[in-house]
This record gives sequence, C-alpha cells and structure tokens, in this order.
Amino acid sequence: MSRVRYALVPVALLAVFALLPQLSVDVPVVFGGPLDSPGTLGLLALCLVFAGVALTYDLLFGFTGLLSFGHALYFALGVYLTTIALTKWEWGLVPTLLVVAVVAILVPLLLGAISLRVGGIAFAMVTLAFAQAGQVLVQKNPRSLTGGEEGLGLNYDAIPDALVGVLNTKHLYWLALAYTAVVFLAVRWAVNSSPGRVLQAIRENEQRVEVIGLQPFRFKLLAFVLASFLATAGGVVWLLVLGTGASPQVTTANFTLTLLVMVVIGGAGTRYGALLGGFLYTLLDQRLGSLAGSTRIEDLPTVLSTPLSEPLFILGTLFVLLVFFVPGGLAGLGRRVLR
Amino acid sequence: MSTFVLLTITGLGLGAMYFLIASGLSLIYGLMGVLNFAHGALLTAGAYATWWMSTHVGGGPGTKLLAGAVFGIAVGAALAALIELVLIRPLYRRPVEQVLVTVGLALALGALIEAIWGFDARPFPVPAWLIDTTSVLGASIPNDRFVEIAAAALVLAGLTGFLRFTRYGLIIRAGVENRAMVTALGIDVRRAFTLVFALGGAAAALAGVLSGVYYGVVDPTRGTSLLIFAFIVVVIGGFGSIGGTAVAAVAVGLLQQYTNYYSSGLGDLAVVLLLAIVLLLRPEGLSPKVAH
Repeated sequence: MSRVRYALVPVALLAVFALLPQLSVDVPVVFGGPLDSPGTLGLLALCLVFAGVALTYDLLFGFTGLLSFGHALYFALGVYLTTIALTKWEWGLVPTLLVVAVVAILVPLLLGAISLRVGGIAFAMVTLAFAQAGQVLVQKNPRSLTGGEEGLGLNYDAIPDALVGVLNTKHLYWLALAYTAVVFLAVRWAVNSSPGRVLQAIRENEQRVEVIGLQPFRFKLLAFVLASFLATAGGVVWLLVLGTGASPQVTTANFTLTLLVMVVIGGAGTRYGALLGGFLYTLLDQRLGSLAGSTRIEDLPTVLSTPLSEPLFILGTLFVLLVFFVPGGLAGLGRRVLR
Repeated sequence: MSTFVLLTITGLGLGAMYFLIASGLSLIYGLMGVLNFAHGALLTAGAYATWWMSTHVGGGPGTKLLAGAVFGIAVGAALAALIELVLIRPLYRRPVEQVLVTVGLALALGALIEAIWGFDARPFPVPAWLIDTTSVLGASIPNDRFVEIAAAALVLAGLTGFLRFTRYGLIIRAGVENRAMVTALGIDVRRAFTLVFALGGAAAALAGVLSGVYYGVVDPTRGTSLLIFAFIVVVIGGFGSIGGTAVAAVAVGLLQQYTNYYSSGLGDLAVVLLLAIVLLLRPEGLSPKVAH
C-alpha cells in the first residue's frame, strides 16, 4: 500500500497540475480569472516555483536541522548571474545555464565549508552575514552590473520564443511545474538514500552520529550544496516565470525569513507540507493585496482596513497563530485529522 | 588627521547605536536562549512613537524631541514586556517556536507600521544645536555623535551597575550562567525574563530615537537594516556578555567607518569578513558566556 502511495500520489498530483492550463474553469475569490487565463497561470507558476524553493529550504531546516538565514543568497545567485550573463555579457542561453550550474555548486561548496565549521545559532549568523555580503554587493552595483536598487531588466534575445510573451504563459507554467517536480524527486532521493538517513540522524543527535564513526560535516555539506544548487535553479526559473528581470528584494534577509515562514506553515521536515506552505503563502501574498483593494474591506472602519490592506501583516499574524495553535504546521494538522 | 578624527568619532557613534540594540539582544539570548528577531521592529516602533509624539506636542524642536524620546522609550519597553508576557512565556521550553514567533512578529509589526504610516521617510525633530559642529583636533564633528556616544556609555554604565549591584542583576547573571540551578534554588526566573525584555526594548527604542537624530528621518526599514549588524555584534562579542558586546560594537562601528572611507564603501563587507574570521578562530565569540 505505502509503496503504491509512494509512486502514485506524486504522479497523480503532477498529472492534475499538468492539465490545469487546459481547463477553463472559474474559481471565484481565489483567482482573478479562469484557470487557463494568462494571469491565473502566471500566478500559479509563481506559487509552484516557491513551493519548490520552500522545499529546498526544508531540506536544510526540516530534514537536516540546519537553521540557515542565508538561503536567499543562492536564489539571488541564480537570478542575478543569469540576468547579468544574458543582458550585460550577451551570452547564449546554454553557456549561461552551464556557467550558472557550475557556480551554483562552487559557491555553496566554499561558503558551506566555512559556515559549517560552527553549529546552531552561530551557523545561522554566519549564513546571515554571507547573505548580507551578497545584498551589499548587489546594492553597491559594481561596474553597473547589478543595477543597484533599481534592479536589472532581462534581455530576451537569447531566450526561446516559446518561453516569452503572454500567450506562452502556459509553457512557463509547465516549466515551473517541472522545476517543482525535480526538486521533489531530488529531495526525496536525498532524504531516503543512506546519506539522507544520516542527515536526519544529525538533526536528532549529532554527537551520536560522530560516535558511530561518521563525519557529520561531509553529510551536512552535501545537504547544503544540494539545497543551495536547487535554490539557484529556482532563481533561474523564477526569473523566466516573472519575466521582469532581477530585483534586489530577492537578496534580503526578509526573503529568507519568508522561506522559513513557508516551511513552518506547511510543516517542517515534511515534503508535501513544505510544498503546500510555499504554494499557499505565495497565493495569499499575491491575492490578499488585490482583495484588500476590494470594497468589502475598504468599507470597514480604518482600524481594521489599514492592517488588513497589508498582506505581510496578515501572513505574519497568521504565522504566529499557527506556531501557537498548530504545532507541526498544516502537514501535522492533516495527519491528526486523518488519524 | 582631521578626517581620521571625524571617522573615529562617527564610527564610535555608530558603534554606540549597535551597542544599544545588541545589549538587549545579547542579554535576552544569554538568559533565555531566544534570538529576538522582533528587536528591529521594537527599534522602528520606538522611533515612530517618538516621531508621533513630537508632532503632537508644542514647543521647539528640543522639547518635541525630549517628549518624543521619553514616550518612544516607554513604548519600546512596554511593547517588549507585552511580547514576552503574551507570546514568549507560553512557549517556554519550546525554543525553536519562540524564535519563530519573533520572526512572525518582526514581519507583522514591520508591515503594520508600513500600513499605517507608509513607505516614505518621516522627518525627525532635530534641534539646531545637534546639527551644529564642534571642533575636535581640527575636525568639525556634528554634535549628535557625542550625544550617541554619551547615551551608550550611560546605558553601559547603568546596565553594568544594575547587573553587578542589584538583586535582580544577580539573578540575571546567575540565570545566564545556569538557569536550571537558579530555578532549583526556588527563584522565579520568569520575572527576570520580562524585565530583561523590557530593558532590551527600551534600549532598542533609544537606539531608534538616536538613529532618527543621526539620519534626520525615520522609515519602516530602519530596524531591520540595523538589526543585522547588531546580530553580528552580538555574535562577535559573545552571547550574554555586556562588556564583550560593547567592545564588539565599537570594533564593528570603527571598522565599518574606516573601510568605508579608505576603500570606497566596502565597510559592510569588511564587517562580514571580521565575523567569519572571529567565528572560525573563536566559535564562542570574544568573551565566554558570562554577564559581566
């Protein structure tokens, strides 16, 4: 039974999501237009990308127990390196992606090797500091490569036509879905393989892993590089899906904190939980803004309508309530209801 | 020479602000093991409360600033105590959840301030004598730098005296060293938790007031950007050590100013590098975990 579920549930989910762009169904309140409209598909693609990125963060935080405050750095690496290579250096898409892939392994290998020498809160602070360095670098705008506060527009010349334009949103949606599926498979492999068991053992009791004769450092570095690599890939997909270019917002510490919030909302240490958390958070973040503009909320007294107009206030409050009343996140809640 | 003097005193002023934020963070972490992400939001709230009060009282900019500062610091302390009582205390024994709650709170409070007062920076009431300069060894130094340094020195002296000579200070110092032992002796450490949070909130709000004077304006992102450097200061100084925090704050402030000037704006990177070096050489920070 569980083996069937292990293979069937993801395949069924993938099939349902892959067919969504063919349906012309209206889902009122949740989406602004029918499912196959470019606006809704673009939003769904964004939700899927963040579902995947949240899962890469969960590999670090939920499965290995590494509280990183610098995951934004690797996402931003994918966003900025791709934009700079395509726009400023005018490279082709294939060489760009190859270079990004190599850098996406080398940078976390180096920074991970340094920061994993310390553990716990110190690790969190070193990763935060490295990410801060990345943010400063982007804002300083060296040789006007990064565009500083303004961000950097994307040059579309090297990108295949099938991934450009409103009419092709469907393709971008499938690209985002493919990314999330790959992350899911990679994380599942990483967690269920024998190194993955060591990772979870490290989360539970690192000293004991050492006593057995294994070196936790190597396994943690493996998880760090894999999670960072997948986050960089997420940055590249996000760039294509959004289609506006690089913005310095993805380099901030707040961006990493949002990933943490997504994972905790869904349920840390669970694959479906993290996916759901990333998906729901993005959906709420995008839709609450437009709902706040609706007359139903604007008619409320100012005391209520002002806070409700700010999606991050609602999400932050919701998050605090969840931490208090729903330990284990939505995944934990689901498990308790099913039982 | 005069540039060097100006850089040094400005660096000390910046270090003073870092110290005010970091001292609360450091004590809270040292005593309770809570990394308070909402500390930056407390700073922003204190700064906005000061600005709000200053627009509601009459008189010159000096009176406005003083009335505002008193109100802002009170708001910071009250808000911090409220957070501890309502949100942190019920999660006692669940340290990860405590940190998560402060993360959510940081996001929500920041968004709330943005929703009420908007993105735009608000002008701060700064009396003319604070903007005037005093000549020190040939360098013209804006007077607000001296106020910042003096405020941090007073807080440092006050906190050290409080920790060393009062009964609550003794409980806090003992709690940082070994919380279980203090509880076992029949002392209710929880009241010390609330007190430490309120003190930290007041210091953060004071930093908010001073940062408003320093920059001349207050905006919703102020707290977050200062918080990251305060974290770095806390880690370099060693958690729970007020003296270590003060030394680290001065070191970080000076390093940032000097490198910013002599290497065209690489000060922030130099601070990050300093943190990496310190952590790799001495993972426990400059001083071991004792609240002196």
